Amino acid sequence: MTGFQVQAVDLSINYGNTVAVDRIGFTLEPGKIHGLLGRNGSGKTTLLSVLAGLRRPTTGRVLVDGVDPFENARVMAGTCLIRESGDLIATDRVGRVLDFAAALRPDWDADFAAQLIARFGLSLDKKASALSRGQRSALGVVLGLAARSPLTMLDEVYLGMDAPTRYAFYDELLADYVEHPRTIILSSHLIDEIERLFEGVLVLHEGRVLVNDDADAMRGRGASVTGPADVVDQFVATLIVDGVRALGAQRLGSTKQVSIFGDVDSDTRLQARALGLEIGSMPLQDLFVHLTDSGREILR
Amino acid sequence: MRNGTLDGGFDGREPIYVQIADRIRHEVLSGTLKEDDQVMSTTQYATTYRINPATAAKAFAQLVDEGVLFKKRGIGMFVSPNARALLADEGRERFFADVVEPMIAEARMLGIPLTEVANRIAEADITQADITPADRVAEGERR
Repeated sequence: MTGFQVQAVDLSINYGNTVAVDRIGFTLEPGKIHGLLGRNGSGKTTLLSVLAGLRRPTTGRVLVDGVDPFENARVMAGTCLIRESGDLIATDRVGRVLDFAAALRPDWDADFAAQLIARFGLSLDKKASALSRGQRSALGVVLGLAARSPLTMLDEVYLGMDAPTRYAFYDELLADYVEHPRTIILSSHLIDEIERLFEGVLVLHEGRVLVNDDADAMRGRGASVTGPADVVDQFVATLIVDGVRALGAQRLGSTKQVSIFGDVDSDTRLQARALGLEIGSMPLQDLFVHLTDSGREILR
Repeated sequence: MRNGTLDGGFDGREPIYVQIADRIRHEVLSGTLKEDDQVMSTTQYATTYRINPATAAKAFAQLVDEGVLFKKRGIGMFVSPNARALLADEGRERFFADVVEPMIAEARMLGIPLTEVANRIAEADITQADITPADRVAEGERR
């Protein structure tokens, strides 16, 4: 597998008295597309800026491709972080922004960049300051993808893009990833659209790691149990004994739906069906909302 | 082949790789995919339906395990020679539990006498009696 492995070991990042990242540890496998999910203020952007070597951890450390990325020329040359702001110089024209990236990025593919510029309908002569929010985001995507960096991090990069542009972004990202596998981290608090692109999912909540898992495994772990309230309650109680967590409940008349998180095997599913209960899977977005709503209890 | 919507026709009820595997099984059963036909690569699947290639690969791995698909190294995935018969056998086994039993339960709930249901099935059997199974598949495709 090509791409950098990413590790955090007992990592904390403080801003003054504010603890943004609180003693976390995780490993992201190289060559995969990872979703970095969390609500606003959960520590996503702070974590990314440390991985990109823009700042140092307060305590603990991060390892990118096995080494501390801070002021490491080899790792920095292979690391690309595109932030929501775009980090563009306002007076530069788009063409010059690309030339600058080409000079900095050892694996820069100018043809691919030109193809993306055309796909997103960007003009090389336009000044960065004259771009709309969505166009700035699109330019960020061009810079992030054409760099072909072994560690590519896109932080909320699709903000302001309209739907056709976002779909074009997903298509280009996947097609290029298949041709040139690398470690890609996509941070997001809007999950519905983008979650199918993930192979791994890292969920941050209040500076802690809530989930670090294979995306399909995580999808399989969230479920809803629906049926007559008393039957649902009894059934869920037996699941809780087996280590499944109940995340939330809704009631409509005598029908109750409980959202659960945990491994539910096929025997248990059959048992539920025999009791007249319906077990449905839960979209990752819903699971994320439930988990980060009740995150403190889960962490305990 | 590409759908206008992002989800590419998959809904949220089951993991995507389960849905992909189901779709391919269905295409084999209905004859859309014939024995020894090459199926789309994981790459094509991933880019067509905007899903992670590893997710698509899981579906293919499952179908290889079941004997529905087989891999030709360096070329791609193909439909196994006996895939349709295999799936039809399995489908027949599950048919009563998956389709008939729930139908009976539903009919009871709605107060439809089972004799009426049985009559309807008998009628369908008469009108379809002179059509061969292959024609039925072809008819299914036209719909």
